[in-house]
Amino acid sequence: MSRIGVFICHCGENISRTVDVERVAAEVGKLPGVAFATDYKYMCSDPGQGLLKKAIREERLSHVVVAACSPRMHEKTFRKAVESAGLNPFLCEMANIREHCSWVHQDRKEATVKAIELVGMMVERVKKNRVLPTITVPVTKRALVIGGGIAGIQAALDIADAGYEVILVEREPSIGGHMAQLSETFPTLDCSQCIMTPKMVDVANHPRIRLYTYAEIERVEGYIGNFQVTVRRKARSVIEEKCTGCGVCMEKCPVKKIPNKFDQNLGMRPAIYVPFPQAVPNTPVIDRENCIKFKTGKCGVCRKVCGPGAVDYEQEDRLIVEPVGAIVVATGFDLYSIEEKPKGSPIKGYGEFGHGRIPDVIDGMTFERLASASGPTGGKILRPSDGREPKQIVFIQCVGSRAREKGISYCSKICCMYTAKHTMLYHHKVHDGQAYVFFMDARTPGKNYDEFWRRSIEEEEAVYIRGMVSRLYQKGDKIVVMGSDIAVGVQVEIEADMVVLATAVQPQKGADALAQKLGISYDKYNFYSEAHAKLRPVECATAGIYLAGACQGPKDIPDTVSQASAAAAKVIILFARDQLEREPIVARVREAGCVGCFYCKKVCPYGAVEEKEIRDRQGNLVKVVAYVNPGVCGGCGTCQATCPSKSVELDGYTDEQIVAMIEAL
Amino acid sequence: MHPEKTKHAFEPKIIAFVCTWCTYAGADLAGTSRMQYPANVRVLKFPCTGRIDPVFILKAFQQGADGVLVSGCHPGDCHYIAGNFHARRRFAAFRKLLEFVGVDLGRLQFSWVSAAEGGKWVEMVTGLTERVRLMGPMQEFKELALEEQWSGAINTPELQEAYNSI
Repeated sequence: MSRIGVFICHCGENISRTVDVERVAAEVGKLPGVAFATDYKYMCSDPGQGLLKKAIREERLSHVVVAACSPRMHEKTFRKAVESAGLNPFLCEMANIREHCSWVHQDRKEATVKAIELVGMMVERVKKNRVLPTITVPVTKRALVIGGGIAGIQAALDIADAGYEVILVEREPSIGGHMAQLSETFPTLDCSQCIMTPKMVDVANHPRIRLYTYAEIERVEGYIGNFQVTVRRKARSVIEEKCTGCGVCMEKCPVKKIPNKFDQNLGMRPAIYVPFPQAVPNTPVIDRENCIKFKTGKCGVCRKVCGPGAVDYEQEDRLIVEPVGAIVVATGFDLYSIEEKPKGSPIKGYGEFGHGRIPDVIDGMTFERLASASGPTGGKILRPSDGREPKQIVFIQCVGSRAREKGISYCSKICCMYTAKHTMLYHHKVHDGQAYVFFMDARTPGKNYDEFWRRSIEEEEAVYIRGMVSRLYQKGDKIVVMGSDIAVGVQVEIEADMVVLATAVQPQKGADALAQKLGISYDKYNFYSEAHAKLRPVECATAGIYLAGACQGPKDIPDTVSQASAAAAKVIILFARDQLEREPIVARVREAGCVGCFYCKKVCPYGAVEEKEIRDRQGNLVKVVAYVNPGVCGGCGTCQATCPSKSVELDGYTDEQIVAMIEAL
Repeated sequence: MHPEKTKHAFEPKIIAFVCTWCTYAGADLAGTSRMQYPANVRVLKFPCTGRIDPVFILKAFQQGADGVLVSGCHPGDCHYIAGNFHARRRFAAFRKLLEFVGVDLGRLQFSWVSAAEGGKWVEMVTGLTERVRLMGPMQEFKELALEEQWSGAINTPELQEAYNSI
């Protein structure tokens, strides 16, 4: 006979405000098998857990039900408490009466009835819970970092410095990401290249970092501590080991006029190229779409001029399998493009800004390239259309961001600050120029940020106009910007030479496809979801995968670096152990019932089902049954729902437990 | 502050079978966002929709559920690679069967609700509750449960005759 203890949490007032917790405890106490039922203000607190442990010992409880918040929040907490009191942790279950009850209902009676039923279901379920042994698995002490921007670089360096091997995978031919594109950084105006490139070199020279650039994640299998990652190294057409980075091939390449993506298509590059001079690795890549050799079979100049013989036109994509124990995802962001109306996207385009038809309407990143000393104009602010210096420049904030009607409701966080920086850079370079900024609010939380913003107005003479722009159009060689100044209540019209749009920060293209490979969740904008908004901001709900940087949400450089180091710390904590305890939620075969149809084997996504021969004492084959390898089983339970003879059971989610819950309705 | 609650003559029982990674988390998000929805729903958590045996749905109807919601991760987003695809295929076939035995499919809802879709969860639950409320109580399977209970007894003359003839 079970002696179940039920503990109802008030969660301060979060639960007790809507649910009559005392009533719940009283009603549940009457259920058969319940030996003890009580309520307490904060079950998760130290005295709350003490109460639980004391009751287990004094009341000789056999099972425990804690009715409180979501098990996704505190199941581990209470199972640990139960374990320390001498019970198997899997004899403890949680009833979710906060997220699923008190927070979503207002009627006290209804909520109380629901809470009683939810707890009742869990009481019936827990009766059928079995003692489960913990399963330990070895930890592969190597980490994979996806993305070679500042987030990925920081995480990789931290993990490698702690003594573990790191595989860093970058999609582009060079690491550096968006930070390498920036001119100067707020709020100190130090040059981005100067603080970024040394870190890039550190990565390249680190004995424990293996760098795969021009590579993508093909497939991810396994689980925390034991992932198998397949990396596709795209054909570079240049052998990295042989190339010395002399650059002769780039000089001699006859194709010269290909817009360089790194320079926001303002600068030109040859068909064999490195995206920027400080690229790491400094190994060129052949752009096969534009290379004459690949298009017509003729040319071949780069191979002829390459002294070390590094050019290899026959190179093919290579797939490399790397075993790793933890993964840091740092795929970063992209800017929302007004170039064209996004097809099939819920996000609406900006027709009023010309969808990018006007050449001197540029985005913030393009301005960065113009302002960068290593950019296509050598740091001069020049109009893309005619190369003249703009004397009147207009910055427009919140293009895409905070525009619910356009489909993006979030704040992109960095634009207020980088626009303040842009007005300063502009003022430093064009002394007789005037900068105007159309803005909704200036959001400048951060150390020295507000001071920086004020400086742009008070010392650098930027004119801030509170209001939005309704339309802009080309008139001669000017762009007429029509907007409103809501502080004064007048319409404003400015004839500008150049317009810079602070377009919204969005996740990288293909962020959703990568999330599907990794098995992590993402929101409607494709930003990756952290396990808990406040308390687990760098972990994914999927164990062993961590987030760093703007792939999780818009972030500036200091926040990105902090989060990257935090993710690295999580990886290092994981690697500090040789063995890892995993949830013993695995499938088990009841061999007596198994008829060997192997439907389970067909549906198992992990390939965990093996064939096992059953022999009698003489060694004659009796039958072949299924066997689930507990080290490989992921614990989804698809096999159990598929098995026609009900001979495979998922521990922790057996038919008995589920049916007990349904019958308790 | 609190809107006046309308009293209904019939409050349906809704059972939701959800996966822990997407829909359960989505329902949690609805909670943390303090969204409001009818209190008729009872959630059962599974690791994956792939674990949900159609028998559970029948069982829920037998035990007095008037509507059943099954929800998991969007196609392609399954935490267990492909469990939701197996579920989708299984339930596509199961719906046909239910239709064949005469269950109004309006009582059964399949959907995908991700961990970020608290609002969609609320819509799903509210929509199903309203719909089932209009449809009234689900009787068919409750009677079946009674029959099952008595299946061992010989309680009609025909059965008695059949028994004697053996």
